[in-house]
Amino acid sequence: MSDITLKQRRTIRPGRIFLYLLLLLLTCAMILPFVWMLSSSLKLNKDVFTFPMQWIPENPRWANFSDIWQRIPLLTFVFNTIKLSVIVTVLQVVTSSFAAYAFAKLRFKGRNALFLGYVATIAVPWQTYMVPQFIMMRQFGLNNSHLAIICLQAFSAFGVFMMRQFYMGIPDDLCEAARIDGLTEYGIWARIMVPLSKPAVSTLVIFTFVNTWNDFLGPQIYLIRTELKTIQIGLRMLISQYTSEYGLIMAASVVTLIPILVIFLSLQKYFVQGVATAGLKG
Amino acid sequence: MVILSLYRKEAPAISKKTRDHLIAYSFIAPNFIGFAVFTLAPLCFALALSLMKWDSANPIEFVGFDNYIRLTSDKQFLRALSNTAVYTVGVVPVTLICSLGLAILLNKPTKGRGFFRTVTFFPYVASLVSLAAVWNFVFNPSRGPVNALLNFVTGIPFEQLPRWGASRDWAMFTVILFSVWKNMGYYMVIYLAGLQGINPELYEAASLDGANARQKFRHVTLPQLAPTTFFVMIMLVISSFKVYDIFLNLFGGNENQLNDFTRVIVYQIYNTAFRIWDFGYASSMAIVLFIIVLTVTLVQFRGQRKFDA
Repeated sequence: MSDITLKQRRTIRPGRIFLYLLLLLLTCAMILPFVWMLSSSLKLNKDVFTFPMQWIPENPRWANFSDIWQRIPLLTFVFNTIKLSVIVTVLQVVTSSFAAYAFAKLRFKGRNALFLGYVATIAVPWQTYMVPQFIMMRQFGLNNSHLAIICLQAFSAFGVFMMRQFYMGIPDDLCEAARIDGLTEYGIWARIMVPLSKPAVSTLVIFTFVNTWNDFLGPQIYLIRTELKTIQIGLRMLISQYTSEYGLIMAASVVTLIPILVIFLSLQKYFVQGVATAGLKG
Repeated sequence: MVILSLYRKEAPAISKKTRDHLIAYSFIAPNFIGFAVFTLAPLCFALALSLMKWDSANPIEFVGFDNYIRLTSDKQFLRALSNTAVYTVGVVPVTLICSLGLAILLNKPTKGRGFFRTVTFFPYVASLVSLAAVWNFVFNPSRGPVNALLNFVTGIPFEQLPRWGASRDWAMFTVILFSVWKNMGYYMVIYLAGLQGINPELYEAASLDGANARQKFRHVTLPQLAPTTFFVMIMLVISSFKVYDIFLNLFGGNENQLNDFTRVIVYQIYNTAFRIWDFGYASSMAIVLFIIVLTVTLVQFRGQRKFDA
């Protein structure tokens, strides 16, 4: 017996070393661009491209991080992005979970047809109808306003679909019992469905938030005035205006990555669960 | 009298049903109104618009299929179409293989597995504009660290090293590399879920039959993962055809413009609609994109049925 384990251990070892080497190499490939970004954000423009590279700058230039707030209205961009992401996420989660309850637990005329309509549009790329959508928004007087981004992001069919799938897994008996106890449908939604669907809600919250935060084409179409811009297109503006301010661009990049990094690290579990379930169910 | 009492008896029953329906509609309404106005309506409008000529200054004019006929000889659009196709053909298999490899690697019980997963997933959620900015600096042909290192290791002078995003020959390679690097973590997570769904008894049975690691991979892992692979592939194809922001941020330069070697379908739609203000023509391009994505989705439906059966 001990012979066998000894033998196994011996045969496994080179494989193990190779495995860890591979993982190390991989980590380098994934992380080095970020390290380079951080390191360059503390350098003078002329030092960014020196070779061999100086990973830890000798005289870190912290001024880059104070300069960017003056060069572009970065604070406004951050505020705009937070505002849009929060409003869109709240609207999306509340309205989809509300609608999903009716689709999953209530009977009414046209339920299946309506739900089919929702599902069918998930497959339609937004780029197909972004032009007529823009014309419509302009008719409503919404172009060059945050309301346009909110309207186009907040009512996605995907949220309804995802929440409905989750609610289908909650037994009908639970709702029935609550009805007998005298809860209204709104009460059942608020007191039973919402607390039970925390995992689905957190997944939807994260995905909506990150999608809105990182959206590029939507803001590029609708937010022309500088004071309306989000971080993404604001940063893009900085890059086009100050092409060779390498240190500054990297400092701004670091600043815009920090909120996402914090959210990601604290909610990583839900991210992974969300991708896995959404992926498996298709 | 009889009629009246009948009516009275039934009246509450009908109103209860109506009330239930009304309650149900009240749940749907907040989302549905937004959805109908901002998604359904423009969607229907898109098809009609593709048959019109409209620059928003002159009155709308119905032109039938003229826009589509114009597309067939539009060199820029055809170029965008073929660039997008080349990008798709490059990105899909490479991402697929890398994410599967990563998933298998990170499914093994190793120390710091959670850390490795975090590291590979992070670029997927990180903002594209910042990542593209770093990428452009790192791959800067004359000064970036990648070419500096290549020059240092191989001794090849800078002029003969690849010019990456700045050259015709290497642009597509650069963007594919970037896209794989940014997105493989996402598909890795889907693959990890697939791997964890494989019944361990299958591996035990294979071991009893004397299968080695490679044979187990070929005859257990791969076939068991076929539905996942199929799903990942479809998702990748669809998202590759919709690509825009990666190209714009890597190659857009100061003017946010793409050239013949880097233009893609969505850029062409954006440019035609929001720079040239040719709404009808842009919509006909959008419908072409829609038809491509629809075809892929239909293939997925048929395939899914095959796997589910």
